[in-house]
Amino acid sequence: MVKNSLVESEASGISLDQYKSIVKNLSFYYGNFNALKNIDMVLHEKQVTALIGPSGCGKSTFLRCFNRMHDLYPGNRYEGDIVLYPDNENILSPYVDPIEVRMRISMVFQKPNPFPKSIYENVAYGLRVRGIKKRAMLDEKVEDALRNAALWGEVKDRLNDLAFNLSGGQQQRLCIARALATDPEILLFDEPTSALDPIATASIEELIADLKNKVTILIVTHNMQQAARVSDYTAYMYLGRLIEFDITDTIFIKPKNKETEDYITGRFG
Amino acid sequence: MYSKNVKSTCEKISRSTSNLQYSYKRHIKEKVIELLLFLAAFFSILITFSIVFMLVKESFAFFQQVSIWEFLTDTQWTPLFNDAHYGILPLISGTLVSSTVALLVALPLGTTIAIYLSEFASYTVREITKPFLELLGGIPTIVYGYFALLFVTPLLQIIFPDLPGFSLLSAGLVMGIMIIPYVSSMTEDAMRSVPMHLREGSYAMGATRFQTAIRVVMPAAFSGIAAAYILGISRAVGETMVVAIAAGMQPNLTWNPMEQAATITAYIVQVSLGDLPHGSIGYQTIFAAGLTLLLITLIFNILGHLLRKRYRQAY
Repeated sequence: MVKNSLVESEASGISLDQYKSIVKNLSFYYGNFNALKNIDMVLHEKQVTALIGPSGCGKSTFLRCFNRMHDLYPGNRYEGDIVLYPDNENILSPYVDPIEVRMRISMVFQKPNPFPKSIYENVAYGLRVRGIKKRAMLDEKVEDALRNAALWGEVKDRLNDLAFNLSGGQQQRLCIARALATDPEILLFDEPTSALDPIATASIEELIADLKNKVTILIVTHNMQQAARVSDYTAYMYLGRLIEFDITDTIFIKPKNKETEDYITGRFG
Repeated sequence: MYSKNVKSTCEKISRSTSNLQYSYKRHIKEKVIELLLFLAAFFSILITFSIVFMLVKESFAFFQQVSIWEFLTDTQWTPLFNDAHYGILPLISGTLVSSTVALLVALPLGTTIAIYLSEFASYTVREITKPFLELLGGIPTIVYGYFALLFVTPLLQIIFPDLPGFSLLSAGLVMGIMIIPYVSSMTEDAMRSVPMHLREGSYAMGATRFQTAIRVVMPAAFSGIAAAYILGISRAVGETMVVAIAAGMQPNLTWNPMEQAATITAYIVQVSLGDLPHGSIGYQTIFAAGLTLLLITLIFNILGHLLRKRYRQAY
């Protein structure tokens, strides 16, 4: 299916970007439960890829494979490859250190989860964890990240305030700034707007559109309109399988698969 | 006026309709339950106030005869001698030294255990370790006292040959071991109640388990950890048996843990067990000492409360 869509997009004259990552025959198990089944997909460099599908279809599970989040809990098992380019390394390999993976692939969570620290220290967290102590360097990176997260103007005079004093939307942009501060290659979003009001949601979506020139983005969303608005590529998942993966417009206007069409048009799910 | 009309109208209506009639039975039952609950709460307040009242009343009588200035500055505590001195300082020094030794043992060890159990230990290890820790907390304090006197002191004397048979060091060390389970279990509870998504946020930034524990989980659990520490301090200051048995009962103004000394609690035990006549000054000293102890723990509790208020986070 992946191959089809790639051939298709080449045929339709849209230039193919370089791949940031290729997922090959990925399966995932929570203990005995087979949550992901033989997924093949690609991430295009500096493009937004959306994962959609009904609750429990495995889209968050899939996303969390990219930063080896499942390693935190016992009994989880990966099969297959997620190859990261240009390194051409399988990040699921047992020889790969999950911490090294997370140093290069950042994540923004469903619920804003700022740390109990100041705004500044929240953004600086990833840098401090990497052992960066120089104040000038931290200052510069923190400012850059906050600017990229469209938060600098709102917080520049109160960087030492506790992050909890920010509104929900601001907290989520702070979490994006935190994820950006370490210059990640891939940014994972796990339903980043599901806990936010429509105005905050709009600002996060705008931000994602701005960020895509800088970083490869993979986003899980419940909201199909959101996928249509922000993404370049969309994958539809159902019961742990990747049903269809293609350019977003194709998925939403002319899906090839009947199941995808039913979901998109709201006849199901 | 209007509301009165409405009320009377309502009453008329409710009287006239049998289905929705006001159920006196239900409401009286509710009132009785409420009263019982209130009495339970009131009773505990009453007890607290009567204890404080008694302490203050007897202390007041004491301070009629001994000035507060003397009480706070005299360096000797010999109320039962012919040449009586009423300086609380020796008892305070004994209390603070033994408590400090205990806390130097209990806080670092308790915190380390809590970090391990909450952030590193697997489910199985945790389930095996916790009952043992709780067992440590269930040992009667008198047993700890003899453990200090008959086991730890001789052991310490191998290292420090000059150590006397009774010492603040030995009592403090054992008291510290005794307090570990309180500190570790409360600290662990506080850390485990930090929501998982906060930890995941830290791991997702490439942090290690240790970095996550120290930089994210502990600050997030700060108010609970502060509560655990305060409880540990209160227990150390108020602990009686271990110090009464292992630290000696000689009031001694010293900051050296290698000496023997009496704590406030040890003095109270000593005097309470004797047969002093009611109303005598010797009898009143234990109330003055008790009040001092209460004030010390009160100060720590207030500090803890302020800290918790300052750092309370809502998730």
